[in-house]
Amino acid sequence: MTLNFFNPNKKKSSGVRRINWLRIIVGLGALAFLIYRAIILITRPTYGSVFWLSFLNTGLIVGGMYALIAIGYTLVYGVMSLINFAHGDIMMLGCFAGFFTFEAFDAWKIGDSNFMNMYPGLAIFLAFLAGTGVSMISGYYLEKIAYRPLRNSPVRLAPLISAVGASIFIETAAQLMFGATKKTYKNPPLLARGSGWNIEMGDGMIVITKTGVFSLILALILMIGLYIFVRKTKLGKSIRAVSQDKNTAQLMGINTDRVASQTFMISGVLAGAAGVMWGIHNGLFNHYVGFLPGIKAFTAAVLGGIGNIPGAMAGGMILGIVESVGPAFLGIDFQLKDVIAFSILIFVLILKPSGLFSKNASTQEKV
Amino acid sequence: MYFQIQDLNVYYRAIHALQGISLTVNKGEIVALIGGNGAGKSSTLNSISGVVDITSGSITYQDENITGRATDQIVRKGLVQVPEGRHIFPKMTVQENLEMGAFLKNDKAQIQRDMERVFDLFPRMKERRNQPGGTLSGGEQQMLAIGRGLMGDPDLMLLDEPSMGLSPILVEQIFDIIVDINSQGTSILLVEQNAQMALAVADRGYVLETGEIVLTGSGLDLLNDPKVRAAYLGGDSDASESGSGAYYF
Ligand SMILES: Nc1ncnc2c1ncn2[C@@H]1O[C@H](COP(=O)(O)OP(=O)(O)OP(=O)(O)O)[C@@H](O)[C@H]1O
Ligand SMILES: [Mg+2]
Repeated sequence: MTLNFFNPNKKKSSGVRRINWLRIIVGLGALAFLIYRAIILITRPTYGSVFWLSFLNTGLIVGGMYALIAIGYTLVYGVMSLINFAHGDIMMLGCFAGFFTFEAFDAWKIGDSNFMNMYPGLAIFLAFLAGTGVSMISGYYLEKIAYRPLRNSPVRLAPLISAVGASIFIETAAQLMFGATKKTYKNPPLLARGSGWNIEMGDGMIVITKTGVFSLILALILMIGLYIFVRKTKLGKSIRAVSQDKNTAQLMGINTDRVASQTFMISGVLAGAAGVMWGIHNGLFNHYVGFLPGIKAFTAAVLGGIGNIPGAMAGGMILGIVESVGPAFLGIDFQLKDVIAFSILIFVLILKPSGLFSKNASTQEKV
Repeated sequence: MYFQIQDLNVYYRAIHALQGISLTVNKGEIVALIGGNGAGKSSTLNSISGVVDITSGSITYQDENITGRATDQIVRKGLVQVPEGRHIFPKMTVQENLEMGAFLKNDKAQIQRDMERVFDLFPRMKERRNQPGGTLSGGEQQMLAIGRGLMGDPDLMLLDEPSMGLSPILVEQIFDIIVDINSQGTSILLVEQNAQMALAVADRGYVLETGEIVLTGSGLDLLNDPKVRAAYLGGDSDASESGSGAYYF
């Protein structure tokens, strides 16, 4: 059940030479266009530095969320050689869990006020606890139900098809349970949406939102925490061992089924956290909320080299920034920003399928 | 009986890889299992370790039937396999590789003592403890693989071709260490293509051919058996004369 199209060490075939030409043409074409745009922007600036900085700000915030989701793709791929295409929906479930937590705290009257206003910090903490918990449990059952029975399937595409099926199932179930209309996150006053700091610059001002700062910092803390976890703890090391050599890991007495479950749970926690951040920062959402972030985070994971944890983190941040700076840079409509992410996916798969950071060195630490 | 395999049959789809083999290991013994490529040596060890499905037959260890148990349970019982081809975790350091060998152990002090013991046996590993396993030489990787196996505190160690691809001097060293480990109380089931060396250190041996045990006896008897000599020790030439010429490269 290995997806070989990511394998950089694929056996060379007679088609390699043609692909190299394709790569060169595509690569040079893209480069030429980017240089052309840069010259235009320098000679005829359409946006001042304030704009660029606020694009960067937006990119960092969304990039942190992409990074958290991307780690889940990369971890699961490392351990199971499987792309979990239902991962975005795990994030969506976390987003709903956070939403209902805030709804409940908002409705919980205490005297003249309510729980949300009286204990905003605690409310935020519990919303994240609910979001990460729900996503963690969903991840656990997703693996058990949709993937484990197909582990030894002779049909290599079976887990992939199952992933797509699971994704549709989760989205439809959420729609049936919670309705299709868009909902709005009720934030505690501490993190009121849109509130923040205005930083005056020469030709305008940048708005730094509280929700954005909070999301970015929390995302960075979670990423550092995950990195230390994978490097230092016994469970983290067993995840690395399984991703490097599954059969040998088994001979060490590592229960690879259990590691698979644990990997899905850890991925779920990170996706759930991203889901609650998404709700707090963006507000509007429904059962499709995980779809685009899911595919974009997958792109980020491929960009960073699938299976490579620091790569997924960097890939997420890069994708977030490129996506928000991109429309202005390329001079295209802002609503086309999603196209940029998918163009990147195609370019990376053509030009460097092993990711930006791969050196093909056997010693390079990945998962 | 300390360790016993009875009438073991293993199939890989249509391939009948093990055709009713039986063998025993007594406590404290080194038992060699020799045979050519594809004879079923690795399949035997993998059946013991619970990584391949057994069609029929039984494996008993210290009077307990362990047939079909999960690998982690078998490792926990002290049956530790050092796989063919070393299979070091390439991106983990030497020390992390050793820690993985002790995955089922929880006693930190014990793990530390076992690691010191491995470093005593293989001082080179101590020098290289922070180097990624993938950057070690082949011989060093074999030492690390054996050291990692020892970290599991084995009672019966299953070694799969530890001499594979090593220079004659290293092969001697590795076999010295195997004897050393055995003298410290670990029983050993040694799979080898290097029949010369394996039978020289083994108390007893079995010859496996296309999934069947065709010959068994003491190490010395097998070493002097004309059939074994013809098949595995380079024809009729005298064993002592052929010396390291009997290595299978
Ligand atoms: N996973 C597998 N799937 C199918 N056939 C297998 C598998 N593993 C082993 N075999 C087959 O079973 C037979 C025995 O293989 P095994 O690896 O046990 O041999 P071996 O004695 O260890 O050989 P070598 O000395 O080359 O390592 C071979 O014919 C091999 O092709
Ligand atoms: Mg073998």
